[in-house]
Amino acid sequence: MTEPTMSRGTDANSVRKVVSVQAPQAVAWRVFTEKMGAWWPLAYYKIGKANAVDAVIEPHVGGRWYERGDDESMCQWGSVLAWEPHSRLVLSWDISADWQYDPALKTEIEVRFSADGSDRTRVELEHRHLDRYGARRDEMRRIFDTEGDWGKLLEMFARVAAEA
Amino acid sequence: MLTYEEQAFDALGDPTRRAVLKRLRGGGRSVGEIAEGMEVSRPAVSQHLKILKAARLVTVHAEGTRRVYAVDTRGIESLRKWLEGFWDEALTAFKAVAEREAIKERKQ
Repeated sequence: MTEPTMSRGTDANSVRKVVSVQAPQAVAWRVFTEKMGAWWPLAYYKIGKANAVDAVIEPHVGGRWYERGDDESMCQWGSVLAWEPHSRLVLSWDISADWQYDPALKTEIEVRFSADGSDRTRVELEHRHLDRYGARRDEMRRIFDTEGDWGKLLEMFARVAAEA
Repeated sequence: MLTYEEQAFDALGDPTRRAVLKRLRGGGRSVGEIAEGMEVSRPAVSQHLKILKAARLVTVHAEGTRRVYAVDTRGIESLRKWLEGFWDEALTAFKAVAEREAIKERKQ
């Protein structure tokens, strides 16, 4: 729960997170872009009817970002707006508040990778333009960011975890 | 009106209910099986199950004549989401995979 360190942005239209990874920059980049299916919470952050088995980013500007279902179906989430291997990636996230693909939505996710020594990488993520959710911005922001009374919550969680 | 998540945390604030939930981790059980070896009566266990169910931490289904209680994974999942937020959760998972990958490559 203490790692990764997450910073809370103050801009109501964006969510910012920072994570420090014990891996060289090239590995961090590759895992983020080529092995997204290995870490994306596909069980419930997906939009297709089929079980999602992979999340794919086509590796070029204009490429699609999509989930692949176990029936080989494809459901697009967004597209690649910037592709700068090992250092910077910008994706559009075009999933509406009702979890439907809407190419007009275009919220943006920018991910920056920077070396922190030879085998650590600092990964900064910003999910911005949440104002494009209109009246549902705050609801979506809560989903992407985090909410709750952290003090009380962590105490509760630690207690449950300690007993588990 | 409390949200399910708030209800869940309130429900988990009680040590007996945590003990009941813990007993369900290994799989579904009837009230009698849960109460066995506990220092509370069966009706008390039933009462606790009712609260856990309202908080979506426990589900119940019939198996023949038995009523079997089990952990409600949806409730647990929404608790986790509430606790972490989407990007915290995704990045925590990303970090774990990237670090595993780095170890694998160092060994090669």
